[in-house]
Amino acid sequence: MHIFDLEAQGLRALNTTLQAQKNDTNQTVWEVLNPKGSHAIAVGLDAPIEVNVRGSTGYYCAGMNKQATVHVHGSAGPGTAENMMSGTVIVEGDASQYAGATGNGGTLIIKGNASSRCGISMKGIDIIVHGNIGHMSAFMAQSGNLVVCGDAGDALGDSIYEARLFVRGSVKSLGADCIEKEMRPEHLNLLTDLLARGGCAAKASEFRRYGSARKLYNFNIDNAY
Amino acid sequence: MKDDPAGAPRTVPVQSATFTSQVNAEIRRAAATGIYDIRGGGAKRKVPHFDDLLFLGASISRYPLEGYREKCETSVTLGTRFAKNPIKLAIPVTIAGMSFGALSGPAKEALGRGATLAGTSTTTGDGGMTEEERGHSKTLVYQYLPSRYGMNPDDLRRADAIEIVVGQGAKPGGGGMLLGQKITDRVANMRNLPKGIDQRSACRHPDWTGPDDLEIKILELREITNWEKPIYIKIGGARPYFDTTLAVKAGADVVVLDGMQGGTAATQDVFIENVGQPILACIREAVRALEDLGMHREVQLIVSGGIRSGADVAKCMALGADAVAIGTAALIALGDNDPKWEAEYNALGTTAGAYDDWHEGRDPAGITTQDPDLMSRLDPIEGGRRLNNYLKVMTLEAQTIARACGKNHLHNLEPEDLCALTMEAAAMAKIPLAGTDWYPGKPGTSY
Ligand SMILES: Cc1cc2nc3c(=O)[nH]c(=O)nc-3n(C[C@H](O)[C@H](O)[C@H](O)COP(=O)(O)O)c2cc1C
Repeated sequence: MHIFDLEAQGLRALNTTLQAQKNDTNQTVWEVLNPKGSHAIAVGLDAPIEVNVRGSTGYYCAGMNKQATVHVHGSAGPGTAENMMSGTVIVEGDASQYAGATGNGGTLIIKGNASSRCGISMKGIDIIVHGNIGHMSAFMAQSGNLVVCGDAGDALGDSIYEARLFVRGSVKSLGADCIEKEMRPEHLNLLTDLLARGGCAAKASEFRRYGSARKLYNFNIDNAY
Repeated sequence: MKDDPAGAPRTVPVQSATFTSQVNAEIRRAAATGIYDIRGGGAKRKVPHFDDLLFLGASISRYPLEGYREKCETSVTLGTRFAKNPIKLAIPVTIAGMSFGALSGPAKEALGRGATLAGTSTTTGDGGMTEEERGHSKTLVYQYLPSRYGMNPDDLRRADAIEIVVGQGAKPGGGGMLLGQKITDRVANMRNLPKGIDQRSACRHPDWTGPDDLEIKILELREITNWEKPIYIKIGGARPYFDTTLAVKAGADVVVLDGMQGGTAATQDVFIENVGQPILACIREAVRALEDLGMHREVQLIVSGGIRSGADVAKCMALGADAVAIGTAALIALGDNDPKWEAEYNALGTTAGAYDDWHEGRDPAGITTQDPDLMSRLDPIEGGRRLNNYLKVMTLEAQTIARACGKNHLHNLEPEDLCALTMEAAAMAKIPLAGTDWYPGKPGTSY
């Protein structure tokens, strides 16, 4: 295990070191101490390493991640795991706005709550939130899965494309073109797997599914907002 | 008036200057369809432009340089502020970001080939980076757009610079559009969206709002790319003084400023014609912002929107820009709107020069299309040759003017080399009206 003191060694050195790890690295486990809300921690990684951040992070932690597992032992600021390609990001605490924004792949697990715009423009990422999510989540969500064990705020899934949304609690309101959809066996299977990956105790049968009514896909004046 | 039996003269029919035949036709079209007009290209209305400025040339107090013989440098270095690897271009005319999807793969290749021959850069656009462009463009600027279509860290690292798009001159405040006709499998795949749907790219970035966030976003992009790449911020000509100030504050290496005449692949006509300021009105304000921050020439300024010739390039540089970008003109150089396709333009209900339904994907010139048959009409090698020729001519023209003004480098052109033909141009460009030493709003004058 390698220990990196962010306060003493600085962000540039941290990211340079972590980004230099290759697929066959034997330096697989890293501890980052004293993050103290710094921005852009462990961004642009591309190796199957595990990075444990001991404390809370600022903006864009694990941004554009590939392959790595980044584990935030605290809360995370805005844009955590934004545009992630693959790998896993786990936030023990809460996550601020835009968690998992535009993510293309990989898994983002938030053990606490996520703020507004969680999964905005998501493009294939799986996001599993143990708590609640804020308003405008999954705005223009293109693909991937968003699982919410708690409640969802206003305008869930506004202008959504093909992403699947699963919410256990209440949904304050649905956004434009987002509707509740039938939970078919394939969805239950998918959700069961997602819940297991996210370490959630909840049962798939307790969730409702939401997705696109596909009425905004081609312009029709009668469907315009 | 009724018939006068005595045969007195009648009033002649008078067309309204307000309700022109074009206006009336648009009202009828709207009434019939219920949808606004979508089109490509830039503002077609006449606005104060570079044609309203002239160079003074040399005189007893200004010593000219010999055309062709005496050196007049044209190179420009972009990204000197923070980037480890600034970009050095042989000429100050760059190719603006035009999306793959809007343009065909061969068109992107042609742009890359032409720009590389001429020693300049091309820019990706919405929809991501293509092999056609990366493979043929020696210097490629990778756009970071609100949609983030195709965005990924590998392409980010193989780009030569990153351009964060906040706005476009044709539609400041508007997102992109790519209509279903052009969403082929390849385009759909790159954007991660179903085939055949009308795509609307977001108008705001998903994970930052305001200049303070933007500063952190730039930090992230620099951290991902080892602080190597120049970071450009592209803004539409909305509030150039403030937007330039905020872009610099957020950490831009380069500001790209696009005026309202700037082209677009597809947007509502009402947006193109009614939102944003002409580029002529924007350049001096952006330069003033840079000067107020002590950043003029430290943060480079690229301007665009209706640039057509070396004279336009020279005027932009005299107003304080470091380089320009061209979109529409580059497409015309490749063959867009060429009268040789007139019969086909007619069949589409239009005529060469006016064709702007680029979103429909039926471009006879094979440039703004994803249709394999039409696409094959553009030979990327020949297209690249034509673009290179055109870029060379623009450069020669700009040099001709610079030499006449006694400048041994294009970037030595200055506002004092210019006069304005109209009050409007004088006011917007802060250049004295021809025959006077005055422009409206000149400090120390009362009107
Ligand atoms: C076909 C086409 C596609 C464009 N696509 C983009 C784009 O994807 N992103 C962007 O920032 N600007 C885009 N633009 C705008 C250009 O980058 C540039 O701002 C504009 O073309 C400059 O004005 P000009 O066309 O008068 O030279 C596009 C323009 C055209 C003509």
